[in-house]
Amino acid sequence: MPATFTRHPVEIERKDTGIGGKPPLDRRPTGGGGGDDNWDNRPSGRRGPRELLTRYRLGVLFALAGDLMFFVALVSAFFVRQSAGHFDARENYVSDWHALAVPPVLWINTAILILSSLTMEIARRQLFREIDVMDEWLGLGRPAVKRAAPWMVATFVLGSLFLAGQWIAWEQLVQQGFYFNSPDPSSHFFYLITGVHGVHLLLGIAALAGALAGMFILRRIELRQIAVDCTAWYWHTMGIFWIFLFALLAFFQ
Amino acid sequence: MKLRLFTTHHRILGILYLLLSLATVAIGTLLSLLMRIHRVWPDTPLPIIGLLKPEDYLALVTMHGTLMIFFVLTIAPQVGFASLVLPEQIGARNMAFPRLNAASFWIALAALLVLLAAFFVPKGAPISGWTSYPPLSAIPAAGPGEGAGMDLWLASIGLFCLSSWLAAVNILATILGERRAGMTWTRLPMTVWAWLITSILTLLVFAVLLAAIVLLFSDRHLGSSFFVPAGDLINGTIVGRGDGSPLLWLHLFWFFGHPEVYIAVLPGMGLATSLFANFARRDVPGYRIMATMLVAIGLLGLVVWGHHMFVSGMNPYAGTAFALTTMAIAVPSTVEVLGWLSMLTLPTPGGLWSSGPRFPTPMLFALGFLSFFVAGGLTGPILAQPALDSYLHNTFFVVAHFHMVMAMAGTFSIFAGIYYWFPLMTGRLMNETLGKLHFWLSIIGAWGTFFPMHLSGLAGEPRHYERLTGPATSFSGIVANERGITSAALFLAAAQLIFLWNVFWSARRGRPAQPNPWQATTLEWAPVAAFGRIDRGPYEYEIALNEMIFHPQWESASKQE
Amino acid sequence: MSAMLLEPVCIAQSHLWLPPNGSLHGIALDRLMRWNLIAICVCCLAAHVWLIVAKLRRPRSNHAAYSTPFRWALLAALCPMYVWLAVTAQHLWAASRYAGPSLEAMQVEVVGEQFQWYFRYPGSDAAFGVTRPALANAATGNPLGLDARDPRGSDDVVSSALVLPAGREVDLRLRSVDVIHGLFIPGMRVKENTVPGLVLHVHFTPTTPGTYPILCSQVCGLGHARMQAVLSVVSPAEFDSWLAARERARSEQPAQ
Repeated sequence: MPATFTRHPVEIERKDTGIGGKPPLDRRPTGGGGGDDNWDNRPSGRRGPRELLTRYRLGVLFALAGDLMFFVALVSAFFVRQSAGHFDARENYVSDWHALAVPPVLWINTAILILSSLTMEIARRQLFREIDVMDEWLGLGRPAVKRAAPWMVATFVLGSLFLAGQWIAWEQLVQQGFYFNSPDPSSHFFYLITGVHGVHLLLGIAALAGALAGMFILRRIELRQIAVDCTAWYWHTMGIFWIFLFALLAFFQ
Repeated sequence: MKLRLFTTHHRILGILYLLLSLATVAIGTLLSLLMRIHRVWPDTPLPIIGLLKPEDYLALVTMHGTLMIFFVLTIAPQVGFASLVLPEQIGARNMAFPRLNAASFWIALAALLVLLAAFFVPKGAPISGWTSYPPLSAIPAAGPGEGAGMDLWLASIGLFCLSSWLAAVNILATILGERRAGMTWTRLPMTVWAWLITSILTLLVFAVLLAAIVLLFSDRHLGSSFFVPAGDLINGTIVGRGDGSPLLWLHLFWFFGHPEVYIAVLPGMGLATSLFANFARRDVPGYRIMATMLVAIGLLGLVVWGHHMFVSGMNPYAGTAFALTTMAIAVPSTVEVLGWLSMLTLPTPGGLWSSGPRFPTPMLFALGFLSFFVAGGLTGPILAQPALDSYLHNTFFVVAHFHMVMAMAGTFSIFAGIYYWFPLMTGRLMNETLGKLHFWLSIIGAWGTFFPMHLSGLAGEPRHYERLTGPATSFSGIVANERGITSAALFLAAAQLIFLWNVFWSARRGRPAQPNPWQATTLEWAPVAAFGRIDRGPYEYEIALNEMIFHPQWESASKQE
Repeated sequence: MSAMLLEPVCIAQSHLWLPPNGSLHGIALDRLMRWNLIAICVCCLAAHVWLIVAKLRRPRSNHAAYSTPFRWALLAALCPMYVWLAVTAQHLWAASRYAGPSLEAMQVEVVGEQFQWYFRYPGSDAAFGVTRPALANAATGNPLGLDARDPRGSDDVVSSALVLPAGREVDLRLRSVDVIHGLFIPGMRVKENTVPGLVLHVHFTPTTPGTYPILCSQVCGLGHARMQAVLSVVSPAEFDSWLAARERARSEQPAQ
């Protein structure tokens, strides 16, 4: 049985006391089929309806933890480079760090990205609505997909707008004379940080497109939920990373 | 059915990883033999290759280190063995993401091929060591091999970071999410604990290496100045454009580099515990402590990176801080060693037993691991003291230290694992006589190769020197030492041929193995896959009625006993 | 200072493969090295004896000797050893690195370049002249790029051999032109990297006259093994006459 959000009070299986005692009670309204009745003779264990979802969420979590360390390394390089300098001919310590004013379009981009996280989350939650999920699981159409798909398309559009906005920001900087290989380190970092984040977001958009396709191609509701759920967590994380990176570029130069 | 070549079956992938490491270790050993021969006969042309120029020697050093550390010591003990047995050891059917496992392997293979391609580009392989400090590694004009060769090195290690990251995600998701019912944390085999900690370390630090590589690539080709300082003058051209800091690379690299060496050795520690339990026929006294010590070593390993940088221009107060944390790692390591030693001497719980531990080949290699871990580890506290390191840094003392504690301990643990799990891979046992011969010749050869290096280091001989005589010094006092080391190295390499023969012959013609030939208790030896909840600990050996009995983990603990 | 307990230098070395020590702090360092090596050799031997005994003996009785309290006792014995190692070494490190050189220390600049060491003496004005990478030209005799417009550099003496007077503290100012090099003087027990973009300092006091090799300890390119120089420690009188001769030669050179 696939994972759902449910508002009914659910009693989760209690630990086996071992020596007699009451058997575990399951008061879920839907009878609890699929997770506990072991209909395919799989080895029993602490698995519930969320087994596959939990596994993929764990994978995404660890992958993002590694990614976080990547960005942490870049940010620490930023701070080190910011405070670097040399002694000039008059023994003054001079730094070649000149704070770069971020193009104002970045504010708009940030707003767009936050909005896209909102739409992504709405899309994600549509795929967990209990009634619709049950319908899909029983093969009665795809109401959950129909609810989620427009929101996913909206996220796709917003994400693409964000990337377009980043490109505009780059063009604005180029017009003002700041290239990636200007001798200016704050210029390097701007392009590097926004570029790396942009690549991650591009991967996110590709994942989104894949999830959108998967909603119509994949046959099991669990897999559809996983596709959208993992994409959504990745998307939110990229949004949170962007907020920190934007704050870094805008306020910590 | 998927195509056989792109299998996702974990055991076959494990074997593929091990074969990758085997091919790499053969290449790496060959490179090191060329280095050793050149050092004692610097002006003699070698067959086929001819006379080694100084940059060729440095290219050999760089590639030897890179190949061995990344493709042998990071792959085989961690993802190689984990793919082989981790799912079964925790009662799962497969890794959490089998296709990711396969992808991780093929990316690692691609990384290896890209790295080896560096030998064949114009000007050859890079010469900046496996640590590739800038500006030497950042400016193509700074040396031969720093052009295309260095780019290939960066591409290869970048791919390898990706492969390791995916493998670590896989292993962590498997250990945390796929354990069978009843497989609680205190019932995990110690190997699983080791893989858990190594995966967390991998996840944290390879990303930092990837960031450093991206920055270095940007310095080389995209005109930035992260690592190259202003006014840097190479070969008459000023190449420094901004206030880059070479120390930034050192910090980023060693933040990765130190946990990397723990990634190389921790799986061996877990395996040693498992093998000692199996062959000494006893449980692990202080299981929780041993597991906690592995965690402690992993955690502390993240805060000691500065001990590679004591004389690199770091603040001396930082040197003291790193010295304290590095010395602190000696404590959990000592606890582990004492735990192993007591496992070998304490009698099995329950009473007396007339015959002591058994010593088939896997156990011998585990003992060899212990020997090198102790010997190499004990020189760690010496190098951890900045005052002494200010003499010994980058001398052959350091080379001796890390070869003993990481390379030899690591490879002995890999051998132990291969001999131990060979019946699982092929259904046959490896030849015991050849195995014992391999062990004894290897341990004598390894001690003979790396122990005298301490003496060379104390005499002050620096690393990366292609010959002993120079304009100011001849190191003539240690020429005999160096010749001895080279002879021992050749002997050691020759002994590995026994292993190669044994592996490939036994895979076809070895003695068919009984199920559970080592009388192990861990789940990978379970004869049938269908068993239920786990009720037992990982190493339940005991004496009952004056007889050694053991309870494998797949047996249920009946409450009627 | 631990130099109060001066030991004959040869005792420390003759068992240790270390080259003869010629510096003041090296005596304590050699002694520390000796005790460290003894301690770890004992531990290593003991562990291996334990291992071999474990292999050979057949436990016939319940050996309380190896039980858990014994393990903790061993750990309790080893931890103070680690602490002692750390503390003694820390004293030495603090003594040589925390404080800067004394105010009477002589200053010499060491510049590493692929694949050559240069040593610069500040001359009678005790000030180093400004150098610019753009002016560096070894062919015309200005390998460090001394700027002729800076009067402080007019008396700087550049040498490819390091000559120091015995008994006087020297503060080495370390620079590098191109890549990271490592200044290593085994006989003085001194090592510090020279990092381009940084000016690092290391100070010591040579005590014993003699010649000591100077090596490069950080791989810097294909000439790494050849990047060597010689340190000559001479009596103060000899040093003064050597420096005076070089300064005279310098002042007779046409302005760069």
